[in-house]
Amino acid sequence: MRKFAFAETGEGFVPPSTADFNLPPVFGNNEYTTKPILLVLFSVLLISVFFILASRKALVVPNKLQFAGESVYAFVRNSIGEEIIGHEFMRFVPFLFTLFTFILTNNVFGIVPFLQFPAMSHVSFPYVLAIFSFIVFHSVGIKKQGLGKYLMGIAFMPGVPKFVYILLTPIEVATFFLVRPLTLSLRLFANMFAGHLLLLVFIMGGDHLLKGVIGLKLIAPFAFAFGIGMTFFEFMVQCLQAYIFTLLTALFIAGALADEH
Amino acid sequence: MSLRTSAAEAAANPLIPHTAELIVGFIAFTLLFLVLRSKVVPMFEKAFTARTEAIQGGMEKAEKAQQAAQVALEQYTAQLSEARGEAQKIREEARVQGAAIIDDLRSKAQEEAARITAAATASIEAERQQAVTSLRNEVGSLATELASKIVGEALDDQVRQSRIVDRFLDDLEKSK
Repeated sequence: MRKFAFAETGEGFVPPSTADFNLPPVFGNNEYTTKPILLVLFSVLLISVFFILASRKALVVPNKLQFAGESVYAFVRNSIGEEIIGHEFMRFVPFLFTLFTFILTNNVFGIVPFLQFPAMSHVSFPYVLAIFSFIVFHSVGIKKQGLGKYLMGIAFMPGVPKFVYILLTPIEVATFFLVRPLTLSLRLFANMFAGHLLLLVFIMGGDHLLKGVIGLKLIAPFAFAFGIGMTFFEFMVQCLQAYIFTLLTALFIAGALADEH
Repeated sequence: MSLRTSAAEAAANPLIPHTAELIVGFIAFTLLFLVLRSKVVPMFEKAFTARTEAIQGGMEKAEKAQQAAQVALEQYTAQLSEARGEAQKIREEARVQGAAIIDDLRSKAQEEAARITAAATASIEAERQQAVTSLRNEVGSLATELASKIVGEALDDQVRQSRIVDRFLDDLEKSK
């Protein structure tokens, strides 16, 4: 779309903007067939098929496929679940595992050739995930301590002088009900959004340079090379963000499970 | 810019969520969660449990084998030291017995030697006695004979002479 606009005007580099994230529906005018939605649905299919195939045999001595699936599962189960939540972790492993694989796959779609779009750069999806995370960790706390005690625990942190509550209560309440889900979703969204934008700048910039005079043409390869370098960097960020989202959710759950936080 | 759809324009602010995406996101995540929880997590857990059991079983087996080996080793060591003690005992006994046998043989030999010596001495003594006796008789008779011969020479008588010679010869024969 941007390319068309550029070709029509024929001059002046229009830097990629937020508009580049609003892709038109793939099929007709149906807003349920936009690229991010199709990618998200595809990721669900891909993750399900991969892990069902990997875990189907449940071999004691795993084959390559099972080993690959198991490594991811064991990472979430042990490094995030068991380590953070402790002895009650097994209840939350399916949720954390889903979070991690879902975010990771959709993030990495951002650099997979032809897919090349991170669905998490559309803020709706991080919102959804943050809402799930929010519901889970609050319901865990309520179930564990009872609604009243849980809310009181948040609003009036024990072991603090009375007058401090004037300052602490609003902060704590905001943290638990606003800041946590917001930061969780916005961190993921912003990272994916910025990363994709960065790649667009280098790739489209290189493309534009290639259309310029001979001197600019010579610079174009550097822009592309940097774009490729940034792609590797993006991969790291994508994995890291999936990890951070899952880790923080586990931390929130662990906090809700603990009697005092 | 003019190509943009109205929906896209509405979502121009990247922080405003899109209803369709929210719905799909909810459904997609829930679906994935249900699939992973029901199909994947139990199977991986099953594999982990089976692996843990296999490892534990193997370790227990190894431990048992080690214990058995330890017991066998102790048994062998005990048997070995027992055998060593027995060998020592046997050697000691043999030494004692050997010494006894040697003593026995020595005393027997000494007895035998003493006996032989005594017998020889006795027989020599008897022979000597016999020789002394017979010598004494012979010397007596010879002396008597010689004396009588010397005395009887004067009696120069043919008949007598022959009678004396005969008698002498007879005596000689008799004494043999």
